[in-house]
Amino acid sequence: MSGLRIDHVGKTFGMFEALTDIDLDFPSGRFICLLGPSGCGKTTLLRVIAGLETPTTGRILLDGADITGMPAHRRGLGVVFQSLALFPHLSVGENIAYSLRIRGADLATRRRKAEELLALVHLPGVADRPISQLSGGQRQRVAIARALALDPRLFLLDEPLSALDAKLREAMQVELKLLQQRLGISTIVVTHDQREALTMADIVVVMDHARVQQVGPPLEIYRNPVNAFVADFIGTSNLLPGVADGQGLSIDGIQVAGARPHGLARGSKAAISIRPEEVVVHPAGEQGPNRLPAEVTFVRDLGASVEIMLACAGRELLAVTSPRERPDVRVGDRVVLELPPAACVVLPS
Amino acid sequence: MSRLLRNLFMGLVVLFMALPLLVVAGVSLNGGQQLRFPPRDPSPRWYAELFTAEDWLNALANSLIIATSSAALALAVAFPLAWFVWRYRTGYGRLLYGLGIAPFTLPPVITALGFLVFWTVAGWHGSILATIVSHAIFFVTLPLVTISLGLAAIDRQVIEVAITMGADEPTVFRTVVLPLVRPYLISGYAFAFVLSLNEYIVAYMVAGFTVETLPIKIFNSLRYGYTPVMAVVAVVFVLLAALIFGLIARFGDLPRLLGAWSKE
Amino acid sequence: MTDRRPRGLPARLPVLWPAAMLLLFFVVPFGIMLAVSFFHQVEGGFYEPGFELANYARFLDPFFGRALLFSLWISVLAAVIVIAVAFPFTYCLTRLRRSAQVPFLVFVLAVLSLSEVIIGFAWSTLLSRTAGLSNLVAWASLIPRAQAWTPSFGALLMGLCYLGFPYTVLILYPPLSRLDPEIPEASRTLGASPLRTFFLVIVPVLRGPLLGALIMVFVFNLGAYLLPQVLGRPQHWTLSVHITDQAVFQSNLPFAAAMAIFLMLFSLAFIGLTMVLGGRQEAAR
Repeated sequence: MSGLRIDHVGKTFGMFEALTDIDLDFPSGRFICLLGPSGCGKTTLLRVIAGLETPTTGRILLDGADITGMPAHRRGLGVVFQSLALFPHLSVGENIAYSLRIRGADLATRRRKAEELLALVHLPGVADRPISQLSGGQRQRVAIARALALDPRLFLLDEPLSALDAKLREAMQVELKLLQQRLGISTIVVTHDQREALTMADIVVVMDHARVQQVGPPLEIYRNPVNAFVADFIGTSNLLPGVADGQGLSIDGIQVAGARPHGLARGSKAAISIRPEEVVVHPAGEQGPNRLPAEVTFVRDLGASVEIMLACAGRELLAVTSPRERPDVRVGDRVVLELPPAACVVLPS
Repeated sequence: MSRLLRNLFMGLVVLFMALPLLVVAGVSLNGGQQLRFPPRDPSPRWYAELFTAEDWLNALANSLIIATSSAALALAVAFPLAWFVWRYRTGYGRLLYGLGIAPFTLPPVITALGFLVFWTVAGWHGSILATIVSHAIFFVTLPLVTISLGLAAIDRQVIEVAITMGADEPTVFRTVVLPLVRPYLISGYAFAFVLSLNEYIVAYMVAGFTVETLPIKIFNSLRYGYTPVMAVVAVVFVLLAALIFGLIARFGDLPRLLGAWSKE
Repeated sequence: MTDRRPRGLPARLPVLWPAAMLLLFFVVPFGIMLAVSFFHQVEGGFYEPGFELANYARFLDPFFGRALLFSLWISVLAAVIVIAVAFPFTYCLTRLRRSAQVPFLVFVLAVLSLSEVIIGFAWSTLLSRTAGLSNLVAWASLIPRAQAWTPSFGALLMGLCYLGFPYTVLILYPPLSRLDPEIPEASRTLGASPLRTFFLVIVPVLRGPLLGALIMVFVFNLGAYLLPQVLGRPQHWTLSVHITDQAVFQSNLPFAAAMAIFLMLFSLAFIGLTMVLGGRQEAAR
């Protein structure tokens, strides 16, 4: 069986529970993002896979073989750390060829491999430079090249782009994804940046409080979050609390239908999650199903989009439209909001 | 403080600190046996005396032998301990570290007396080996502190990345830890060397009557007859210390070694 | 490699050698010294094993009391003077560029490493009749003729300050160089003069390290064993000198050991105090 299996893994540090019953199965060759806020356990999970931490319970299987007890230096994985962790006493080429050197490869082989890898990450001709002469983006590439030197079975990256400025980070996200596709290497990236995860991942694992909250393709998670945390963490989401009623919710006595049956008991507390770009703003008095009255509290014109903040059912709510479809509203206007049933996800609260 | 005031203040303090050294440097140039300032009949003859007169040469040799070997021994004791305390979290490791810091924090007479009774009981009192071992223990603090600073400066992720690339513990030590702490090993040795060269009370109590070092010889001359050679030794020691610390500053980060944050 | 506890003997092997060295050559000597402090002194510079408190009973002598009080007095005095000079000096030093700090640090280290013997000799020369400052003063006709200013209390105090100064600078260097430069700048922008900033902001902010340094220098001064002999008169001998004297010249090892144990406990109590103060500082952050 090929791929990585994380079999009911738990990890505690003293009293602190860092991972609770993580059970995941990744087919090989995929790009996986572990996504969550800081302290959610995603880095610990990556370190357990790398062998830098021993799980308290459970097993790790790589291509069917149990590697739970295998020391990190025998696993043959490529790891890129948040600090990049380049060896300050070695040149760029020596950094990249480190794993070959400790395996006794001769100088010529090491040089050739270093040049090859530098070409792969679009950074040729810097093998003899000291690390201190490289820019942030260049160091990033060197760290990636170094981790790939041994053609690892798994490529692990812990917040690899967090030290870069926003523009460079976006460019590197695309480049990293292209590199992964070219090499077809199984890759796991830890990140707290949902945009990064949506850009790069085939599979996103959303984590919070030491647990996996949801696993799936990025769009699936974006459109159908399973709980309020995921809805809020991935993108921006409006959450409107109410009481379960039929196929939807009753909010302040008004029926709002959801996309799918939610299976919640009638009368139990629930909430509707809807993305800001799905909310439609109509003038006051407009009639129809799935409509709620609201008041405009702020309008922010961002050029490419218009954000309208609203007070609805005692909650802050956000609607986003394009400038072309912008309704003619001002602060203080009373309006009617249409929440299309197809865009409403009912979540237990 | 305004710039002028600050420079004036710092200049005055440095002058005060340099004053005795300047006078001693002047005294060392006296042509005759007397210690006069300003010097009479200036001549460098006493500098030659240090390196030719048998008794001074003997003291110089003793001092150098003791300083080079005790600093090496101090380093050999400090390095594994510093590494162990950095690598593992254990109560006894921390306790031993505290023990290694103690000799330098307590009044030196206490440690010196401890060595005196110990070597008397052990039967090695008066041997140069006893002085070497005593100095190594007395000054173990210096390499211990500098090496620990060097180890603390290593990014733990650098170690971990080496492991994930296939390095086992000895390989990590050889290819990552050792090259990164090497400058701190050298400065630890240099500190211990310079201080051993200047040390008096321990050397005196352990083997003062048989193994005469330069500081002991100066003190004896202080009691039994001044000679400008004393001033010569003082000048040579100041210059040697300035040279060694200057080299450390040239090839290492002296402010960081003395406790400033590393440059960011 | 990532676990922080040593497993098995091979992992602990590296620590065995330093442990053995420190135990054999540092702890054992102290044990023997402690034992000797209870031994019986016999005539002619010998002692025999025993257990008596006679050596400690001598602490009640006026002789010991005088030596102790004088040691404390001059050590405190020198510590206060040194801190008063070294603190502003180190502050100024740390405000310089790093590269400009280096020559000062090299100088301070060179003086720090100087043997107490050499410092004693240098000061006795500087204060002597034939080569000293008094020549200069006499030449300026402020006094009729050159005179010797040593041995004296003033000479000893001066020597102790000189000895303690580089040590103090190095103790104060870390906290002062880590002081956020924005703290004095904020005070300046609020209209305080540099001098007011120093006394109203820098000194209170660094109260803890300052007190710690004061105690460390005090203990350091207690350890001066040679300057009192070179720059002072016999009534200026400190405890450290008496310990040397009893051990080497009076051949009374048990009494020397008892005094050394006393001095050690005394010093440890003060060093412990600085650690408690330092720990509280850390906890307050």
